[in-house]
Amino acid sequence: MTGTHQHGAPATEASSTSTPAWRLLATLALGGGFAGALVANVYERTLPAIQRAADAKVAGAVGEVLGAPARLDTLYLVGAALSRKPPAGVELRAVTKAFIGFNAQGARIGVAVEAAEPGFADDVRLMIGFDPATSALIGYSVLAQKETPGLGDKIEKDTSFAGRFRGKVVPVKGTKNSTLDASTVQTITGATISSRAVIQIINNAVALWQQRLTAFEKEGGK
Amino acid sequence: MTAPAAPLAQDEPFVPGAPPPGPLWLDAWGGIAQNNPVLVQMLGLCPLMAVSNSLANGIAMGIASTFVLVGSSLLISIFRKGIAGEVRLTVYILIIATFVTVADLTLAAAVPEISKALGPFVPLIVVNCIILGRAEAFAGKVVPKRALADALGMGAGFTLALCALCAFRELLGSGTLLGVNILGPRFEPWVIMVMPPGGFLTLGIVFLIMGWDLSRKARRARAVAA
Repeated sequence: MTGTHQHGAPATEASSTSTPAWRLLATLALGGGFAGALVANVYERTLPAIQRAADAKVAGAVGEVLGAPARLDTLYLVGAALSRKPPAGVELRAVTKAFIGFNAQGARIGVAVEAAEPGFADDVRLMIGFDPATSALIGYSVLAQKETPGLGDKIEKDTSFAGRFRGKVVPVKGTKNSTLDASTVQTITGATISSRAVIQIINNAVALWQQRLTAFEKEGGK
Repeated sequence: MTAPAAPLAQDEPFVPGAPPPGPLWLDAWGGIAQNNPVLVQMLGLCPLMAVSNSLANGIAMGIASTFVLVGSSLLISIFRKGIAGEVRLTVYILIIATFVTVADLTLAAAVPEISKALGPFVPLIVVNCIILGRAEAFAGKVVPKRALADALGMGAGFTLALCALCAFRELLGSGTLLGVNILGPRFEPWVIMVMPPGGFLTLGIVFLIMGWDLSRKARRARAVAA
């Protein structure tokens, strides 16, 4: 805020009906220059905090869907294949990743991956945790959604809905009745589209990542 | 809306359309009461509708708008003589946009959850008519201390009206205030109140009460005159 106080078009003469063009240009150039400098400065100062918040959100979601793993391995998607080594020369945040969680005994709990597809309004972005060995879901966590408040947003706010996915084997089907079936999940009343979106995102993501993980393991897991 | 122009008692040169001189507290109080940007001028209704579904949103939006209003009004008032009339709107928008960007980035860094909930409405403060309105009608024509008083008053008036609407809608729409459950588990939330129609309904009720109050005052004035 204080940065712009120095900016000063000459304050000697009051604006009249015909101001010379150079003064108009000078006013705009000075104002634009200082505004640009201030915005750039604030952007640089706030960027670390904004990125920390985004990272914390992802880390929190990974911990949630894998049930607080003791250790995490990160796999990076390079081209079409997974690799333990991050690709060189690319901003790491932009790389698609899978997080493999292990418990304190070193046994694999499962894999957490991010996926987004259109919901009822805008994309729904989920962090999905599943066990690649059995295709069973561990859980999901909503990273971003703009579904209808009070109805569709229950995919995020109603934890009992997220809980219904626990242990279900992909591909999951939605149903309106309560169920004990190993692959069916009861949808939310009044939020059919949002429920279906979650189910579809999970099914597609698990199918895609199962392929990638199988290929990765065939290659020797490097 | 404004009192008849009083003779200029200031050492300031005459500026056409300048607000009449008055005590500083009156400049500030006007924005909260008789010249309230939302309830009287009916400006800034779009952000009001959009973010008033929870009190936390309202408080953050109110603070962000007040920050932009105060910063831009002060700066515009300080440089009012250096800003040529032909390009003043461009310069005003430039100054306002700068403060909005600063506010947006600061919110995203300090309170990411609220920043996400407000979505595009913080960047849209740039086109909030309250801010450009005050720049053009007030800050560009008066000394900095009056601009500051006016901006604080307008900001407070906007924030208070916004928070009142937010509290009403959140209480009925979610049964909570600032996320704390108030109405208990047996209350079935009126989902419509947190959705866009709830904003229109609430604002309609507010204007109904305002209109009723105005007509009552007018009736009383007529009765006194008669």
